[in-house]
Amino acid sequence: MAAEQNLFLTELLGLNVFDLRGRRIGVVKDAAIVPLVDPARIDRFLVGGGYAWLSVGYDQIRSISLDGIHLKDEQLKPYHSDEYVLRLVRDLLDQQIIDAQGRKVVRVNDVTFDIRRENGHDNDQLWILEVDIGVRSIFRRLFQGVLPRTWIRSLQGPISPHSIRWEFCNILEADPQRRLRLNISNKLLEEMHPADLAEIVENLSPDDREAIFETIDSEVAAETLSEIDRDIQTSILESLETEKAAEIVEEMSPDEAADALAELDTEHSQEILDEMDAEPKEDIEELLEFREDTAGGMMNTEYIALNSASTVADAAAALRESEYMLDSANTIFVMDSGERLIGAIPVARLLTSIPSTKLSALIHDKPIHAPVTASQDRVTEMFDKYNVLTLPVVDKEGKLAGVITADDIITVLRQR
Amino acid sequence: MIKRFRYHIAIFFSVIGPGFITAVVDNDAGGILTYSQAGAKYGYLPLWTLLPITVLLIVTQEMCSRMGAVTGKGLSDLIREEFGLRTTFVMMAILVMANLTNVMANFAGIAGSLELFGITRYITVPLGGLAVWLLIVKGTYENVEKIFLFACIVYVAYIFSGFLVEPNWKQAAIDSVRPHIQFDSGYISMLIGMVGTSIAPWMQFYLQAAVVEKGITAKEYAESRIEVIVGCIVMSVIAFFIIVSCAGGIWQNGPRDLVNAADAAEGLKPFGKYAYGLFALGLLNASLFAACIQPLSTAYTVCEALGFESGVNKQFSEAPIFYWLFTGLIVVGGGVILIPGFPLIKMILFSQVVNGVLLPFILIYMTILINKQRVMKEWVNSRFYNLVVWVSVALMIGLTVALVVISVRDLMTGGGA
Repeated sequence: MAAEQNLFLTELLGLNVFDLRGRRIGVVKDAAIVPLVDPARIDRFLVGGGYAWLSVGYDQIRSISLDGIHLKDEQLKPYHSDEYVLRLVRDLLDQQIIDAQGRKVVRVNDVTFDIRRENGHDNDQLWILEVDIGVRSIFRRLFQGVLPRTWIRSLQGPISPHSIRWEFCNILEADPQRRLRLNISNKLLEEMHPADLAEIVENLSPDDREAIFETIDSEVAAETLSEIDRDIQTSILESLETEKAAEIVEEMSPDEAADALAELDTEHSQEILDEMDAEPKEDIEELLEFREDTAGGMMNTEYIALNSASTVADAAAALRESEYMLDSANTIFVMDSGERLIGAIPVARLLTSIPSTKLSALIHDKPIHAPVTASQDRVTEMFDKYNVLTLPVVDKEGKLAGVITADDIITVLRQR
Repeated sequence: MIKRFRYHIAIFFSVIGPGFITAVVDNDAGGILTYSQAGAKYGYLPLWTLLPITVLLIVTQEMCSRMGAVTGKGLSDLIREEFGLRTTFVMMAILVMANLTNVMANFAGIAGSLELFGITRYITVPLGGLAVWLLIVKGTYENVEKIFLFACIVYVAYIFSGFLVEPNWKQAAIDSVRPHIQFDSGYISMLIGMVGTSIAPWMQFYLQAAVVEKGITAKEYAESRIEVIVGCIVMSVIAFFIIVSCAGGIWQNGPRDLVNAADAAEGLKPFGKYAYGLFALGLLNASLFAACIQPLSTAYTVCEALGFESGVNKQFSEAPIFYWLFTGLIVVGGGVILIPGFPLIKMILFSQVVNGVLLPFILIYMTILINKQRVMKEWVNSRFYNLVVWVSVALMIGLTVALVVISVRDLMTGGGA
């Protein structure tokens, strides 16, 4: 890579293209990449001169500068629309993309290229460097073709640039076939925090939302879906193929899944349930029985409970087996032989106890708990009054039915 | 059967808001002035125009809400994506100008209506501006929508004041369905003005954005369409009562020209303090309501079109252009009302010109967009509906051009409409 220089898409458009003998054959109308070959190198330029557009390959060009493009080859082909091609003016300019680093949906005003001449080669290539979004690029677009290119360059100087590196741009494409052909991956989105992705998804159009959820990893999809506004959640689940919807719902925690399914019409939610594996399905069906504004509707069925005859070592083993819950489990529950709740032990307490201690020795009174029928208000009140992080919920017979955690309460309070 | 019916009713209430609010805010201070002037000067004669106005309004609003429901994108987004940045930028610049004058008219309405109750504008306008600003910045979407829907109910004030002046109902009924044209320039420009104020550029952007914000999808679109139609009819009913109040209250005692909307309330004084008070209350409500929606809608539209961060849930530092634009419109729009000797009438005429210049373009772009298969999929216009739309658009453009010509003439001669 030798001398580097930048060029903007607005400047590229309308540049004259000259053949070997310096005759002008047309102006640049569009530029395209073929992401399957290279995600950033301009693969071909579409040149309009006479009645038809010509396609100029990157290897047919000798030099590119503000004065024009000079070719080194004259075997030009007429342009044919090609499904594997992403045309910058048609498909990118003025469209929305996701800025994976800034975690926002942005609109493309311009594209910045890098003119590169690789060592030992005698031809210039254009590589996409950044996508421009700020005031500076708006200014450039407005005066493109009105003022000379060099004037625009000097006039835009004082305006601070606002750009996103091409590696962090995630293009939106609703058509799944075209997505494949354009080699659009979801890697950037999958690496984001689900809460950030959720906020982005909320700002997209329904088609784009569907496209993302159809293709994204189910686990990420589940976490993201849990963070999304209820109405949008419902419309996403409705739009997805039943099979995909079931895959995502399976990955959600049972209480979130039940809440989401409760919003769908019965027929549709049954279809999704039928597609699911037996275990999560049963959990969700149980939860669906309860009204949403009761302890039963709020609770989660993922918890760790052991018999009172177990030891601290058993409890530690149980924790190890439920590794996926380690982030959220802060309490383990103790039941008597009839599965009735008799105690709760903070996980931290286990750490300071001798492994052979019986759990029954660590519990004192029956813990604070709520019946499945308790109202939402009552549950919130209990969290406030007793300062608990996890509240067990018991059924009529005193058996442990589920737990409500503080984050559920925060969600409830935020929605008021 | 009953269950299906109940289901539809439930969906109807879940989609209520956007179409209803847009159509009702259409009767802002400028609209009320136009209808009052019509009633005060020509009595019941202009009433027949309300029927065709309703149809035109339904045709345009239906397209916006359909585009919003199907694409999930605002009108300015679609224009940007399909017609490019420069077109969009010019359109947005004119829109800001048009809406600034609209906001001025509404702050004038706030000042005028409260001065009828003896409170000076130097208190009411700054307070009104502050209230509007706080409501938008501090309120959540759901709360604000509830307040807006309540404001819609306050429009009932006009219906009461219409009854209190005891107008000639028989005459009003006849003139509502009997077209009447007379060839004097005052009458013609009044008719054009009525159509012009009823279909404003900002409404198209606001309605589509509100439909998107509400999350209405193509599936619920049937209910949304009903909501739009009901909203348009309600708007016309209110306009009917404004005209009837002024016809019964002012025109019957001697036709005259009104200078501002508060003038109309003043004219109803002989019919007791309720007719007068309700009319003034209606004006205050409408002005405040529109003064909330127009700056907000403008800031959203412009920022979305040009790709700036927008939204009242963002911090100032995250969305500076959004906040500056929205605050600027309120401060400038309200501020000029406090300048002694500010040529407000000229401003309102100017506003009609700017709105009139913009509207044809927006209507044409809308019709092109809604016929694009790529954008609307199976929801494009049918051939028959397209005929209706193009005829309406052509009619609107013709009338708007005429309105622009008349307003420019008045601006030149320095007279009032």
